[in-house]
Amino acid sequence: MPKVKFDILESTCVPLPFENVDTDQIIPARFLSAISRQGFGDNLFRDWRYTKAGEKNSEFVMNNPDYAGKVLVAGKNFGSGSSREHAVWAIFDYGFRAVVSSFFADIFMNNALNNGLLPIVISDDLLKKLLSLVQNNPDTKVKIDLEKQTFTILSTGDSVKFGINPYKKECLIKGLDDIDFLLSIKSQIINYENNKSLLQ
Amino acid sequence: MKSKTLFDKIWDNHVVRSIEDGPDVLYIDRHYIHEVTSPQAFNGLKERGIPVFRPGKTIATADHNIPTKDQHLPIRDQLSRTQVERLSENCQKYGIELFGLNHPKNGIVHVIGPELGYTLPGMTIVCGDSHTSTHGAFGTIAFGIGTSEVEMVLATQCIIQPKPKKMRITLDGELHKGVTSKDIIMYIISEISTSGATGYFVEYCGSAIRSLTMESRMTICNMSIEMGARGGLIAPDETTFEYLRKLPSIPGIGDLNSSINDWKKLISDPDAFFDNDLKFDAGLIKPMITYGTNPGMGMAIDDSIPLSDENGNKASSSFLKSLDYMGFKPGMKLLGHPVDYVFMGSCTNGRIEDFRAFAEIISGRRKADNITALIVPGSKKVEEQMIAEGLINLYKSAGFEVRQPGCSSCLAMNEDKIPQGKYVISTSNRNFEGRQGPGARTMLASPLTAAAAAITGRITDPREFMTEENKVKK
Repeated sequence: MPKVKFDILESTCVPLPFENVDTDQIIPARFLSAISRQGFGDNLFRDWRYTKAGEKNSEFVMNNPDYAGKVLVAGKNFGSGSSREHAVWAIFDYGFRAVVSSFFADIFMNNALNNGLLPIVISDDLLKKLLSLVQNNPDTKVKIDLEKQTFTILSTGDSVKFGINPYKKECLIKGLDDIDFLLSIKSQIINYENNKSLLQ
Repeated sequence: MKSKTLFDKIWDNHVVRSIEDGPDVLYIDRHYIHEVTSPQAFNGLKERGIPVFRPGKTIATADHNIPTKDQHLPIRDQLSRTQVERLSENCQKYGIELFGLNHPKNGIVHVIGPELGYTLPGMTIVCGDSHTSTHGAFGTIAFGIGTSEVEMVLATQCIIQPKPKKMRITLDGELHKGVTSKDIIMYIISEISTSGATGYFVEYCGSAIRSLTMESRMTICNMSIEMGARGGLIAPDETTFEYLRKLPSIPGIGDLNSSINDWKKLISDPDAFFDNDLKFDAGLIKPMITYGTNPGMGMAIDDSIPLSDENGNKASSSFLKSLDYMGFKPGMKLLGHPVDYVFMGSCTNGRIEDFRAFAEIISGRRKADNITALIVPGSKKVEEQMIAEGLINLYKSAGFEVRQPGCSSCLAMNEDKIPQGKYVISTSNRNFEGRQGPGARTMLASPLTAAAAAITGRITDPREFMTEENKVKK
């Protein structure tokens, strides 16, 4: 999978102030019948973005021309449910490069990191503040510096350090791929197979 | 030597290498694939020009998008047909065993893995499906992965994973009549919420867990993901070994008794450390039902919908949005509320024991006229067994049509969708908005509760059907 490099991102945000947004909302199952990774952005949040009649739902934030940007800010426990990587492909394909929340589901987090989409965990309080800032002023900008692991709200100067696994950080910065790494240690894998016991 | 949990023992035994300050390279013993999350992974191999490293360790089935009627005919939906055909092509090209559509052993991946003897204690098992946690019932580390990771396993039989923390959930006490393993896991999720176990791998212990059959244990492990856990597992015991002894064959195992002797060592050391230790009383659990749009929004069937969300917030927009979607109000009672559909099946409750439980309630009765029922066995073998036990006829005479196996309405990728605004009592695992079709209103419950609603046409406490003459076993 071709990887994109991630270093510094400065962008406005799209707010999604709901908790427990599951992957069925991000991309409903009926849009999973594809055999490539492309094009899922069209159906991102499909059932919130469009009415039952298939028209744009003007109340949904992604249809509000005031809001744009490469950073999605979402309520607690984002990405729960199904393991479908299509959810990450859809978010990335739509144009987002980072998702900010106070809590992510595990599989979603792994899938995001494997596709160059940076999940950033901030505190509940800061998330609340950020959501309210963005909702009141769509021009609110944030800056993400992956090397320094800092997340900054530019208008207020709120700046926090975010966590990321050092291995995954290096992969994102250099655009490296897990499979290249695994292929490079194949002799070690074969060695493991030869020496494996049922139990230790 | 340091004391270890069962999880530690299996995990540590599969670490090929630890990356400094980083995750582990974990060796995978069994890889299950299906038509929806595998095509992009095979594309990746093709682009790299590499083969499948250990094709014998991957098993394939078509289950997610297939129709549950007229399976002998070509799949009507073109995109679904393409995915199923692509799976067959990929399996043939790379030498992977496929139990595809119309194969006599076809079925939902998490139903056929155990019944065909591919899921064995002590294994690491992954699949591009979050309900892979099901296989933990056998004392395995089993969890769902994304498609990039499917590609890693195909290419190297390994994935790169940070080691999760460990949680123990102990359930002691006696289960009441009419309370099933589905109610147990729905109760636990309602207590700790859909993110209560995120970052953890759970071990289920206690006398009430030990008393359960393998099918019931699979239901519990299956829904571990619904509380955020990577997976859940149960130490293998005599119940596990008896299940394995009864299988017609177990691929790759020569001497089962000798393997069983090894598997007996798969237990947590008495003083092993768990990062989180929770205890519940089985005697407090009643038949459960969900009232909202995530599996944590569940309650005892005779209870009222809470007045506020899990944090006591009455005005929570997520809580109110959820109830609004369901057409419910805070404080409302659900008993007696009309139901339109009943879905019986899925990797959570699509095994023979589940269809027997459903049958015990509908036996000698008639389906309510207002109910449309989707009765979908989890596999061809389950279907066969239903025929052999006379269950298909019993269902028919009660007015129920039994479909062909597949994931069906659980995720509604095929045509088995619940229409806009309709209420469905579903034995599946997720009540997310639109999960069973755009606008569908899902209430999760056990097969007993689903059967009770199918007969009365309303939300009904299944214990009402449990007189002395008509006892229902759990």
